[in-house]
Amino acid sequence: MKELVVISGKGGTGKTSLTAALCHLAHALPHGCVCADCDVDAADLHLILNPEVEQSHTFTSGHEAIICADACTACGLCKEYCNFEAIIEEQNGTCRVDPYACEGCKVCVEFCPAEAIDFPSAECGVWNLSTTRFGKMVHARLHIGAENSGKLVSLVRQQARKVAKQQGAELVIVDGPPGIGCPVIASITGANAVLIVTEPSVSGLHDFERVAQLCRHFNIPAYLCINRYDINPAQGDTISTLAAQHNIPTLAKINHDHAFTAAQIERKTITEYLHSDDENSAPARIRTLWATLYQRLNG
Amino acid sequence: MDTNAIQLAVPPFTLAIASGKGGTGKTTLATALAEAAGIPVTLRDCDVEEPNAHLFVQPQWHSHTEQTRPVPLIDAERCTACGACAKLCQFNAIAIAGGQSMVFAELCHSCGGCRRICPEGAISDKEVVIGTLDCGTQRKNPAAPINFMQGKLAIGQVMAPPLIRATKNIAAPEALNILDCPPGTSCPMITAVRGSDFVILVTEPTPFGLNDLELAVKTVRQLQLPFAVVINRADIGDTRVRTYCDSNNINIALEIPWKRKIATAYSKGDSLCDAAPKLKEQLHTMLQHIMHREEMA
Repeated sequence: MKELVVISGKGGTGKTSLTAALCHLAHALPHGCVCADCDVDAADLHLILNPEVEQSHTFTSGHEAIICADACTACGLCKEYCNFEAIIEEQNGTCRVDPYACEGCKVCVEFCPAEAIDFPSAECGVWNLSTTRFGKMVHARLHIGAENSGKLVSLVRQQARKVAKQQGAELVIVDGPPGIGCPVIASITGANAVLIVTEPSVSGLHDFERVAQLCRHFNIPAYLCINRYDINPAQGDTISTLAAQHNIPTLAKINHDHAFTAAQIERKTITEYLHSDDENSAPARIRTLWATLYQRLNG
Repeated sequence: MDTNAIQLAVPPFTLAIASGKGGTGKTTLATALAEAAGIPVTLRDCDVEEPNAHLFVQPQWHSHTEQTRPVPLIDAERCTACGACAKLCQFNAIAIAGGQSMVFAELCHSCGGCRRICPEGAISDKEVVIGTLDCGTQRKNPAAPINFMQGKLAIGQVMAPPLIRATKNIAAPEALNILDCPPGTSCPMITAVRGSDFVILVTEPTPFGLNDLELAVKTVRQLQLPFAVVINRADIGDTRVRTYCDSNNINIALEIPWKRKIATAYSKGDSLCDAAPKLKEQLHTMLQHIMHREEMA
């Protein structure tokens, strides 16, 4: 079984639209594929794949500190010891914890001389196993401001691989988060290949380079897709040249097309929405991309 | 006196530009607002994983400082392998095996608990590089320079929040302090927007834009921050973002249409204010409203 992760560095380059189209095309594989959405703090893949939730699980990870106001002696030690600016001093000198800043390190709990701080388990989100028209899907939602996004990402991937094994699917397609930090690293480590979706802009170039370095850092084979290529072909070619220097082949150049938005509104993938014989059309380019990717994954 | 001038706020006014969805135009808006303000501005790129604002601001850099965070360094001579540190650590960053302690620095959150709890005083701080903090100035308009700061996370580093906090805290801000925030609704975004005077949520009128806007609205509402929405590429997609804003009493501060001209200018790193001069006036007016809290929800 292979695992392909779609990432972008920069947000809004078309990662999710492309992932959805790849899920559509991969569904034709003999044992199908499993889709996973690892963009757990701004998940969108479900808006196209329309999953019917079969199982929903609470994701509990870590703890959160809660100061019992009655027991607080206003000594201020917790505030002094907290490295996360998470302790807020009230007017009377007692303290409370800002749940959005607390990282659950337990330092305040451990050192509070009045033992006034509780430390319950933290419910950080939910994850779902669902059915879609393209097969099974694992997706999750991190609660607002919750910690442990990396752990939730790892859990989603682990569950998706488990489902794929059970049904004998040869591929898991993962919609990754933007950026290069914790959730991205959790999304790509140990994957078979990464597809980087970028756009031909100065930001696209800058962010591509950082993502390319990240893939090299973790030694994961990467491929490039340039979306909205015709907005600035020269810039697109610059990125393509740079990619080649990183040993990242450019597998597709897709032109800007408002049909991506129109398809999204109808909850369809671009490959379902637009039927065109033109080999330069977005769906045609994506079909070629998929064929090449599949070949490389199994090459 | 220019009646359109923005009155200087005392103390500085911090305006965070955020969004749930990435790629909606946060950086474009943040840099254009800095340019449209017409007063000295501090612009901080807090999207430390992918900082892009410098591409549009093109500041003259005057410093690049390595940023570090402390991880435990355990003195093997003094360590008795009692395990107090490993027991306290909530992130499994310290393990005791074979009578020895081992540190997994990449799991460490730099809480300092292990150092404090060690009965032998065997643990000290070892600084590891998490990225750089870069400072510069742009003087395109000499009367209203942009003091520019950015955090840049080192490749392979997991934790953005410490660097985001450093980017927010370095150097005293000018009267207007603009934060270009990371996307999403989890710790990096929250670390960036916390403590702001006002948040602008940038979105686009698509199902993805709406879904992520709803999450971002929940986030800023829970943080009890005043906010308004800017709809970018306002003429693509559908009307559901507008309907959502109307029915939830959310102020739409500005709508920016999609234009190939703007998209091309952006792709080259050109300023939005130069590509669309009319928009610059609208941005200035919007800033006035926000800073003076006029007609804002």
